[in-house]
Amino acid sequence: MSSTFVVYVEDKPGVLNRVASLFRRRAFNIESLTVGHTDTPGVSRMTIVVGTDRDGARQVEAHLYKLVNVLRVDDVTMTPAVYRDLAMIKVTATPETRSHIMQLVDVYRARIVDVAPDSLMVEVTGTEDKIDSLLDVLRPYGVIEAVRTGRVAMARGGARTPRVRRPSAALRGPMPRVHAGPAGPVPLSA
Amino acid sequence: MTRGIAPRAARRRAPQTLTGAQAVWECLTREGVSHVFGYPGGAILPVYDAMTAYPVHHVLARHEQGAVHMADGFARAGGGVGVAMATSGPGATNMVTGIATAMMDSSPLVCITGQVSSGLIGSDAFQETDITGVTLPITKHNYLVTEADEIGPALREAFYIARSGRPGPVLVDITKDAQQGTCRFDWDGAAPKPPGYRPDHRPRAAEVRHALDLINGAARPVLLVGHGVILGGAEGVVRAFAERTTIPVAMTLLGIGAFPGSHPLNLGMMGMHGEAWVNEAVQQADLIVALGMRFDDRVTGKPDTFAPGARKIHVEIDPAEVNKIVPVDVGLIGDVRDVLETLLPGVEPNDHSAWLARIGELRRHATARSIQNFDDDGRLYAAHAIHDLWEATRGRALVVTDVGQHQMWEAQYYRHESTRSLITSGGLGPMGFALPAAIGAKLARPDAAVWAVVGDGGFQMTMAELGTMVQEGVKVDVAIINNGCLGMVRQLQEFFYGARYQATPLVNPDFVTLASAYGIRGIRVTERSGVVPAVGDAAAHDGPVLLDIRVQTDDAVYPMVAAGAGLDQMIRRPAQETIR
Repeated sequence: MSSTFVVYVEDKPGVLNRVASLFRRRAFNIESLTVGHTDTPGVSRMTIVVGTDRDGARQVEAHLYKLVNVLRVDDVTMTPAVYRDLAMIKVTATPETRSHIMQLVDVYRARIVDVAPDSLMVEVTGTEDKIDSLLDVLRPYGVIEAVRTGRVAMARGGARTPRVRRPSAALRGPMPRVHAGPAGPVPLSA
Repeated sequence: MTRGIAPRAARRRAPQTLTGAQAVWECLTREGVSHVFGYPGGAILPVYDAMTAYPVHHVLARHEQGAVHMADGFARAGGGVGVAMATSGPGATNMVTGIATAMMDSSPLVCITGQVSSGLIGSDAFQETDITGVTLPITKHNYLVTEADEIGPALREAFYIARSGRPGPVLVDITKDAQQGTCRFDWDGAAPKPPGYRPDHRPRAAEVRHALDLINGAARPVLLVGHGVILGGAEGVVRAFAERTTIPVAMTLLGIGAFPGSHPLNLGMMGMHGEAWVNEAVQQADLIVALGMRFDDRVTGKPDTFAPGARKIHVEIDPAEVNKIVPVDVGLIGDVRDVLETLLPGVEPNDHSAWLARIGELRRHATARSIQNFDDDGRLYAAHAIHDLWEATRGRALVVTDVGQHQMWEAQYYRHESTRSLITSGGLGPMGFALPAAIGAKLARPDAAVWAVVGDGGFQMTMAELGTMVQEGVKVDVAIINNGCLGMVRQLQEFFYGARYQATPLVNPDFVTLASAYGIRGIRVTERSGVVPAVGDAAAHDGPVLLDIRVQTDDAVYPMVAAGAGLDQMIRRPAQETIR
């Protein structure tokens, strides 16, 4: 099974390498990893999908916390959360097929972002399933190129990005659970 | 958290203008560093050049690996942070084995390396190595510092991280232009504040109550004492806990010394080469209370057969160690001393006399197989030599061992009464550790009688450090347990590879002559009767003494739990009539 983590890290050189190196040396299998800025200066946010069971997920979380640059780890696998993947798909479009493709794009609430004489570029966001499905229906027209960001996740509700300047109780991560059993929702603020 | 090593109280001072190199020494001085172990080179020369103005003694090693092992021995013997220094490229890569050793054994080190100037980074410049990349998996944290202003904050944070929580090595790589640049050095402004670092954990009250219920209800409990008890300064409270509950105490290799060897509740070492009765007691226990240890595979044998009938309580400062190898019933995450002080008022005195009597029986049965109880056959065995060293030093020496058979015999036959009296590498197992680590230990504890107990193989990996010893005027006595081969590997070949002894016999130099080349007194010991007098001569001699103790080649460390076997499936020493 897969586990999804939202990891807040200090935005410093080499931090992605530290996280990736940890996963490699502990033999945790990364299925996808996305990283980007947050609205808080100095804090980057990663969404990491790891192929591991619940016991393994607890180990992943505890080991991530050992990295000095890791601010907070939220295991959102069992938490109500919104998942999104973004894809850009370049598909062959002839004068005959162009309108068919545009109809399909409408059905998926995707957008045409570039038009060329013999192709269209489609931008779509959604769950991985939805994007897989759009790719399946576009494939017969001839997919020239496709790129996906991998999963990003955000827990529902009022959680905040930790701040980096003034450490606070809210910034301290939860204690790793040491009892067996399903993980409860992660306390997001203290 | 390591205690009693708080840096010297810093007087509040106005920021000064310093060079980056001066900032390095200013930091070390304010952290209370007395010794730095290192080796100079081009990219670290600005720092060496600035050294003379500061009250820090530099020990010139003969190899950077030796410098790091010295800093490690210094830290383990004295309880402070060890500091090692080297240049870029080969200087830095030579440190790798020492750093990995410290990482595996949670030893607090700060390693400072020079780096090529920031403009040359990434250009494959002369002696350029990405040492922060190389040491990423073997340091607790590391820094690449490219500006003079960052040196103070990085070094201060490095010391804080090295010594707090579960200690470990931190590497600070400083470019040459940062060393040569000027900075506004503001000690108070550089107070460490890594926002994501949380070394302090406390167990929850419900977990503490659960643990107390298990402890008070146990019929056959065993305490397992690991290195964390020493690192956390918890020896006293462990003793109080054991005595109040009358729970017997087993130790990991690195836990030896944390509990007095002659204490009636002391069982001895457990694990792969642990005493048979200890492993049997662990396997028969109904409660394991593991204190500051990490269930290393050398301790547990096959994890799913480890202590099968026991509930398990794990007191550990590093949350990532709990449930990593052995699933436990209660994980108490926190400083082992704090946790035990929390538990102590809640434990009830308990009568475990039936359990202790049962262990006593196991012990009597096993002792009959000890080589010490065999008739003298005129040969000198390594176990005899170590036993006699223990007797002749009255168990009061600070012993630093290398890695291999002699290390296990030391753990079995030298009974340690006090904490930090055995320094040995448990996790990484680097041959060549003993001599340099012993030099560091002696500098940390000048009043201790320090013995380096080494095999003839491991000694030759770092014997160049005899030069450091002589240059520094350090008296470390060396006992080479010389069996003319790589004994532990040979033992594996004997048991598991059809006694095909490939690449394990050694042709050795004459170690006594070698010693004399360094102006060190050497004594050869070939008979059992010679061990005690030679140790006495060493004690009486002003300078260092090297004993070349020629022991039997064909002996093995017993008992032995083979890799992947359960802890109670031990290969035992054959009864006397069947050996040789």
